[in-house]
Amino acid sequence: MIFNEEFETLPREALEALQLKRLKQAADRVYHTVGFYKKSFDNAGVTPDDIKSLDDLKRFPFTTKEDLRANYPFGLFTVPMSNVVRVHASSGTTGKPTVVGYTKRDIETWARLMARSFAAAGLTKNDIIHNAYGYGLFTGGLGAHYGAEKLGASVIPMSGGSTKKQIMLLQDFGPTAICATPSYALFLAEAGEEMGVDMRSLNLRTGILGAEPWSEKMRTEIEDKLDITALDVYGLSEIMGPGVAMECIEGRNGLHVFEDHFLVEIIDPDTLEVLPYGETGELVFTTLTKEAFPLIRYRTKDISRLMPETCRCGRTFVRMERVSGRSDDMLIIRGVNVFPSQIESVLIGIEGLEPHYQLIVDRKGAMDTLEVQVEVSERIFSDEIKVLQKIEKKITKDIKDLLGVTTKVKLVEPKSLKRFEGKAQRVTDNRKI
Amino acid sequence: MKVEQISIFLENRPGTLRDVTKVLGNAAVNIRSLSLADTTDFGILRIIVDNVDATKKILHDKGIAAGINIVVAVEVPDRPGGLDKILERLCQEEIGVEYMYAFVEKSKGNAVMIFRFDSTDRAIDVLTAAGFTVLTGEEVYSL
Repeated sequence: MIFNEEFETLPREALEALQLKRLKQAADRVYHTVGFYKKSFDNAGVTPDDIKSLDDLKRFPFTTKEDLRANYPFGLFTVPMSNVVRVHASSGTTGKPTVVGYTKRDIETWARLMARSFAAAGLTKNDIIHNAYGYGLFTGGLGAHYGAEKLGASVIPMSGGSTKKQIMLLQDFGPTAICATPSYALFLAEAGEEMGVDMRSLNLRTGILGAEPWSEKMRTEIEDKLDITALDVYGLSEIMGPGVAMECIEGRNGLHVFEDHFLVEIIDPDTLEVLPYGETGELVFTTLTKEAFPLIRYRTKDISRLMPETCRCGRTFVRMERVSGRSDDMLIIRGVNVFPSQIESVLIGIEGLEPHYQLIVDRKGAMDTLEVQVEVSERIFSDEIKVLQKIEKKITKDIKDLLGVTTKVKLVEPKSLKRFEGKAQRVTDNRKI
Repeated sequence: MKVEQISIFLENRPGTLRDVTKVLGNAAVNIRSLSLADTTDFGILRIIVDNVDATKKILHDKGIAAGINIVVAVEVPDRPGGLDKILERLCQEEIGVEYMYAFVEKSKGNAVMIFRFDSTDRAIDVLTAAGFTVLTGEEVYSL
């Protein structure tokens, strides 16, 4: 089903005309209300008036996560806080999170986009949606929640964690759809099996899964274990949250970018040149209708490819291939963004620790694990086990406090970790996704 | 009255202990006593050697994480209740034992225990005053 047929099936020409009109408005808005954009456009020698066609966008400067951080927390908002009805945040590359804001209309737009996403997955008001995305600063929980309500479906605001309760509700409430990260969906399937529940006989029919990279192999596994159709949803808090792009149940081959609200480009992350359709590169988004927190050419660091071929579902929006990786060193651990530099900042903050460390990422069953190996220096070494264990616990706690991720800390012998000349390779990712 | 003990960090995998014993053997260091404490991930090897300074240097040169700690060597009468008498006195003073292990050689017919106390100086005073024999470093290294 198409939730918003008028826009989702616009002929390309009409869609591009609409995009151009909205792009001009968006550029105008940020140029005149956000100091950062005024400066950045001026430095690049462009003004909003230079936008005569969509092609002119490529003359405009990019916005990066560093820019967001430099304007922490509300510096890039175009409206006073009295017009902001909600903020969300995701973890940044260092201690400070990336903060995003929404006006009342932004929340409404977002809800409609998520409702579109659910509809693209074949859901209707008759569905019961079990929402296992985390509620809170993370956009997943509330994003999916508002979308489900907008669609008119019944939403179970379960949030993450409490696995046993999740499984009880999946049995007792009989939801027909589930929202979760793919790894958590798989984890629930396996946990249920262990509890002796026939997870294939639940009422679940559809999974709307996203917020981390996954693969066709994982999809098959989830579909098999839960006897559902699993579909990919894409979004990032900077742009909106979930509901920037969604896979349709008819095509199941790439995610339709909701182009009436977001302009998408693919660039070469090294040369920063715009790449033609079909080529693989970094996704760049420009928000066309956001009020509180519009972004021009935001570099997502997500690697994908755009597919312009028409889709059998009837939507005219271009499709992006499932995100295959990152152009930076960000890790996604159980749906949480983790930058090695954040772990480093924790280690440096602990007296006597040396910043020699390695991160080992693995997947045990369906759960991502992150092991932090830290060298023991003579300064922290003790003949007493409890002293060393206290250090391990402190590192674990500080990382958990900062990132919300539980890690396993392992002390290793001094000078046993590899030293790097130039760019350090601190991450070993053993996950077979 | 204090004995220097060398403690060494070991990862919990085959070969790490041997790496240390090889280095010490090659440097002609004689291990007089040792204890090995282990956790799931790492262990701590604690040794009393005949030549502390040389051992310290060779370990440092080899990049092995080692520390020096002060432990106390006490003669323990080799009969039932011998150790208990010592601990009884320490208990009365509320002195804690972090860990302890036995020395291989005897001293004048008595067993020798190595103690790591939470308050080393006070422990030595209490034990000496109570008439127990606390050995010096030199006495221990050459036992």
